[in-house]
Amino acid sequence: MKKHKIQMGQVVLHSLFLIMVVLYIVPFLMVVSISFSNETSLVRDGYHLIPKVFSLEAYRLVFSDPTQVLNSYRTTILFTAISTFLAVLIMGIMAYPLSRPNYRLKGPVSFMVLFTMLFSGGMVPSYLLIVKYLHLNNTIWVYILPGLVSAYNLIIIRTNYKSLPAELIEAAKIDGAGELYICFKIVMPLCKPVLASIGFLFLVNKWNDWNTSLLYITKPELYSLQYLLQRILNEAEYLKQLAETGELMGNEVFPSESFRYAMAMVAAGPVLCVFPFFQKYFAKGMTLGGVKG
Amino acid sequence: MKPTKTNAYSMVRRRENFHLNLMVLPGAVLFLIFNYLPMLGIVIAFKDYNPNLGILGSKWNGFENFEFFFTSQEAVRVIGNTVMYSLIFLLVDLVAGVGLALMFYNLRSKKALKFYNTVVILPRFLSAVIIAFIVYIILNPSYGVANHILALFGIPKVQWYMKASYWPAILTITHVWQTVGMNSIIYYASLMGLDEELIEAAALDGANKWQQTIYVVIPHLIPVMVITTILAIGHLFSGDFGLFYQVPKDVGILYSTTDIINTYTFRALRNGALEKSTAVGLFQSLTGLVLVLGTNWIVRRISPENSLF
Repeated sequence: MKKHKIQMGQVVLHSLFLIMVVLYIVPFLMVVSISFSNETSLVRDGYHLIPKVFSLEAYRLVFSDPTQVLNSYRTTILFTAISTFLAVLIMGIMAYPLSRPNYRLKGPVSFMVLFTMLFSGGMVPSYLLIVKYLHLNNTIWVYILPGLVSAYNLIIIRTNYKSLPAELIEAAKIDGAGELYICFKIVMPLCKPVLASIGFLFLVNKWNDWNTSLLYITKPELYSLQYLLQRILNEAEYLKQLAETGELMGNEVFPSESFRYAMAMVAAGPVLCVFPFFQKYFAKGMTLGGVKG
Repeated sequence: MKPTKTNAYSMVRRRENFHLNLMVLPGAVLFLIFNYLPMLGIVIAFKDYNPNLGILGSKWNGFENFEFFFTSQEAVRVIGNTVMYSLIFLLVDLVAGVGLALMFYNLRSKKALKFYNTVVILPRFLSAVIIAFIVYIILNPSYGVANHILALFGIPKVQWYMKASYWPAILTITHVWQTVGMNSIIYYASLMGLDEELIEAAALDGANKWQQTIYVVIPHLIPVMVITTILAIGHLFSGDFGLFYQVPKDVGILYSTTDIINTYTFRALRNGALEKSTAVGLFQSLTGLVLVLGTNWIVRRISPENSLF
């Protein structure tokens, strides 16, 4: 009797979860379906989970002139890789002195870092700094340099360094190791899981960057992938302009609906396929946030 | 002369500290340039900014920029929306996050748990742009799924992107859909630390599943709930720019329910009203500062172990 009741509970739970899975998976399947649909059938019947009339026309158009997509891919991969590497390196090194009791400037430096969490100059002063004084607009550096270091990540790394046994560092010092050597060869390798989690979260955020292009980039070859997608989604004019560079069959209607989603597939598809495999790190990085600094 | 022991020691310490300073330097320079230099730019908020004269050359105009914003119709709308959404999201995130974590906790099969977990976290990998795409699939007035379903019940097509009153619900659902998986993980991780003997003891005392949850499991989550709440209150006057800019597609008719401070300052910047945008940004920064310090102070008085700092 009791066993039966518990089973019932599990069945209810699983059904609830299955409903959720449907709510989460169906939208993605819709994107796939629309991108493979024939335009006239889309206009007539609307979006469907399974294409009413199958067509590769949208993809043919996307790949007939993939220059812009390739440029955006290159830009995005470049700035994501460089900034993630630099962020982990610089914060990984900076966190070390902050974790050491023998560092004299620990107090002032920690305050300098923490204060940025509480107060900021806001969007406009940063904008003016980047555009008028540093002239970083329309360069790849605008994606990389601002926001490379953040108080939040630094505190998480420092907390992790602190949790290492102090004897480890003392022993290395007795053996004659300098601070730099200890940081690179002992502390950072031991804290690889945290550095990996922080790096992965950073990477995802960079990959998803669209507002940097919106504010600072006017050169199409420097558009980030997400910004390109945004323009495709929202600007019918831009969509046409992109397509006109590709070859369009004489009397056919321009497949704007399916073209949009084919573009979304090309831009986001590969990443969506890769990300679930990194989910482990991702979840770890999020729970790290719960550690008090 | 042989150096005394203390001298040699302080030499070592000095060299160590020199190296430690070097290690801090690259990061510190980045903080100074990208976090502290913009703070000086706050003076723009008190000036009649003219790009040709530069920041220093522009004339001071006292609190005119603040007056301009706070006496406008937009101020009420924008601040009201920001706070309203922050409060709704705070409440919904708490309920949905804890609820989902409890569902995970009660699931027997670990394999199923991993699968469900991966699926609900997925949207957190997506940019606001892709989220906007997905919402558009559902709400597209001519081809969208929502109108398709309504049509099955004989309800005429709804122009979702033309009517502001639908948007609080749309944005809240989108927000929950995107973030609930990630939110629940923090609570679920905390539940992993819950001693199962407590639950068994409660069961022996005759507590049913529901009572165990209310009296044993949820109290265990309270510290985490307090921390997330402090952080959320600190962000009362700011919102997720991506969600509010991308998902409603920056449509003017919808501003009455979709415009928040972040989107407002962004538009002001794009329209060249730099000094107004700076003033509103400063208001946002200051209120955020006061709210975080304030809530943290209150929490420290009530239960010091739950405070942030």
